[in-house]
Amino acid sequence: MNSEIDRNKLHGQAGLTRQSLFDQGYLDEQFVQLEELQDDTNPNFVEEVVTLFYRDSARLLANIEQALERSPLDFAKLDDYMLQFKGCCSSIGAKKVKNECTQFQEYCRAGSSDGCTRTFQQLKREHSTLKNKLEAYFQLA
Amino acid sequence: MKFGGGAAGSMSLPGSSVARQKDGAADAVSDQFPAGLRVLVVDDDPTCLTILDKMLRTCRYEVTKCNRAEVALSLLRENKNGYDVVISDVHMPDMDGFKLLEHIGLEMDLPVIMMSADDSKNVVMKGVTHGACDYLIKPVRIEALKNIWQHVVRKKKNGWKELEQPGRLDDGDRQQKQEDLDNLSPSNEGSWKTSKRKGEEDEGEEKDDMATLKKPRVVWSAELHQQFVVAVNQLGIDKAVPKKILELMNVTGLTRENVASHLQKYRLYLRRLSGVSQHQGGLNNSFLGPQETSFGMMPSLGGIDLRTLTVAGQLPAQTLASYQASGLTRAALKPSIAMPFVDQRDSLSIEIPKLKFGEGQKQQQQLSTTNTKHINLLQGIPMTMEQKQLVSFQQSPQLSGTLNNLHGGGQNSSLLRQMVQPQSQGEMLNESIGGQMSLIQSSIGQPIPRNRVSNSDYSVNHMADLPHNGFPLSSTPVITPLSSKGFKQEGISSDMQGEKVFAQSYDVFDNLHQHKTQNWQLQNAALNYGAASRYPTTSLGNAVNVSPSVLVHQAFSLANHKNGHNGDCHVGKTISFAGAEEQFGGTTNIDRNANCLLTNIPSRVKVERVQEMSSRTNLFSDHFGHDDLMSALLKQQEDLGQVESEFDFDGYTMDNIPV
Repeated sequence: MNSEIDRNKLHGQAGLTRQSLFDQGYLDEQFVQLEELQDDTNPNFVEEVVTLFYRDSARLLANIEQALERSPLDFAKLDDYMLQFKGCCSSIGAKKVKNECTQFQEYCRAGSSDGCTRTFQQLKREHSTLKNKLEAYFQLA
Repeated sequence: MKFGGGAAGSMSLPGSSVARQKDGAADAVSDQFPAGLRVLVVDDDPTCLTILDKMLRTCRYEVTKCNRAEVALSLLRENKNGYDVVISDVHMPDMDGFKLLEHIGLEMDLPVIMMSADDSKNVVMKGVTHGACDYLIKPVRIEALKNIWQHVVRKKKNGWKELEQPGRLDDGDRQQKQEDLDNLSPSNEGSWKTSKRKGEEDEGEEKDDMATLKKPRVVWSAELHQQFVVAVNQLGIDKAVPKKILELMNVTGLTRENVASHLQKYRLYLRRLSGVSQHQGGLNNSFLGPQETSFGMMPSLGGIDLRTLTVAGQLPAQTLASYQASGLTRAALKPSIAMPFVDQRDSLSIEIPKLKFGEGQKQQQQLSTTNTKHINLLQGIPMTMEQKQLVSFQQSPQLSGTLNNLHGGGQNSSLLRQMVQPQSQGEMLNESIGGQMSLIQSSIGQPIPRNRVSNSDYSVNHMADLPHNGFPLSSTPVITPLSSKGFKQEGISSDMQGEKVFAQSYDVFDNLHQHKTQNWQLQNAALNYGAASRYPTTSLGNAVNVSPSVLVHQAFSLANHKNGHNGDCHVGKTISFAGAEEQFGGTTNIDRNANCLLTNIPSRVKVERVQEMSSRTNLFSDHFGHDDLMSALLKQQEDLGQVESEFDFDGYTMDNIPV
């Protein structure tokens, strides 16, 4: 399996970095699914998908950000946006970001503006942190 | 093919996939099955789409990516036998995944798998009720995709059972099959292998080999569906059992299983319609549910429809604008959009009269308001078509004439001709047409200005062409509810090409006639959509000219629904639901879709459908129209069934119409 071989080849820093991402909860099993899809015909599949994700998610986040500026908040809409975003995050295995999504949705259902706003800030941070980590990782891998 | 953003286009696997064409090397497919399974994956999220695409290709499936539901629908329509299974996301911007699901189920009968990050029970349940064969929670794992072939096999297997009996209807081999069937002796019934031998070579192989999955499906053409609906109506939806329906239908080669599965779908459809009526916008925003809902929902529907319309393309924007300006939107929206076939749900009884009068109380109120508006408008509109003409309209020759008048002939005449045919059959036509015509005309007149779209051509004269009205815009499938409506009313085929037109005219009429609108809508929707969906009257503007099939479908739905719900939801439903927009790809695809629909459906859709439409239009015309027409309409309402038949929709008589 290419992916397995690839992973096995990740010695040293690359392997460690990768492992720490999992250990620290940044990534989950779904990321492994992506890795397993990587093969000779798509040798950079994971990186491509992650790049695609960050490009697309920026748009989704901007929508949510905009919606959060409305007053009063349209929780149903926010919940809907977040559902979309969550689907996206979960597809690449962005675990921490996904958790923030879930939290955000809960605040939406509770109708808590404050909760939503705070969670969203956290979400953006996690989103950004993961991006940096993955970029660093891809440099190594 | 549309591809997800960013990802490389994913087309079917080269080589092998090509070989695996339906008619082609079934053997090759079977050997490698499930490899080569032709999957259409629809998801607006580019990341997910890319991942799914890759996963599916890893499973050695032949993948087609699509990031828009309308595009997916048009792809499916263009190539009805080009896919084995569809995987679709639930939340999509241009069309609700469930709507797409329904469309596919009705039109193509393909297994559809829904996906979503939402795992809440009610959403999953919705998938079930809408007929999804599976529901995947995101993130989707490749393991989940590896087994999707089972749904294809299962469906085929169920279809094969039908083959066991002599009587297999196939798209292209209908005649052959029939012959085969005729030749098959009862003793063969039990053995599908036997029938296989007698059947086409391909099919034989296919039947034999589950792996090929190429079992020919019974194609529920417009006529067939119409017959089915008629039979069901005759028996009463509650009492309609496949065996009796089969007997009533008396179609060679049709098996009880065919009927049974079709009935199941139909019931689901009706249930949904009724469900919609009960919960405003429960099903869909576009669905307006019962008349009241529709009216009440108009604003929302209007919004939605408008949106859809807008999406659909030209029409919507203009239509919306015009509608809104004229306030017709509300009216228009209501009838067309609102009326999903919910009403029918009760029973295929035609509730047109009800719709008109009682059921849509809300609507009535609203209608009355709008009607007033419309009526005024109408009055202003010269009725080119005279009652006589209207009446004559019924008669084929006249119809053609009128139609021709309306448009310039080309399309109209086609419509007329189409309409004419139905008309001869319909008795109601005469009555309704007369009344309706005037109404329609007047209404048409109105919409015309509104419908900036070609509709403008539709002058009152057009209206006279009732058949026009009935016939969805030939060119444009009813993409948007509004459009479909407009078209219907206008009936003008040529002009109405655009769905917009349809909707517009429709709206006008709707407004005018509370009841009628509903029915109208149904009709229109049905007419328009005919092609689009069997049940839902996706009013594709497809005028008779354009796609009789479309009309048929619509008519079908209308006809079917008319009985119970003329005004109801059917129309609205079809429009909104059927996604005129959806069906026709909403946007610019409309024309394309229409064409697709037309081409796809023509074989199936018969003029009959159109007829229904026409009959409907008649109804509507009654609605919208003048007071005298109204009364005429009322009378006709009772005869709704008849009216419908005016347009030659044989099967559909408004027997259920409560008087």
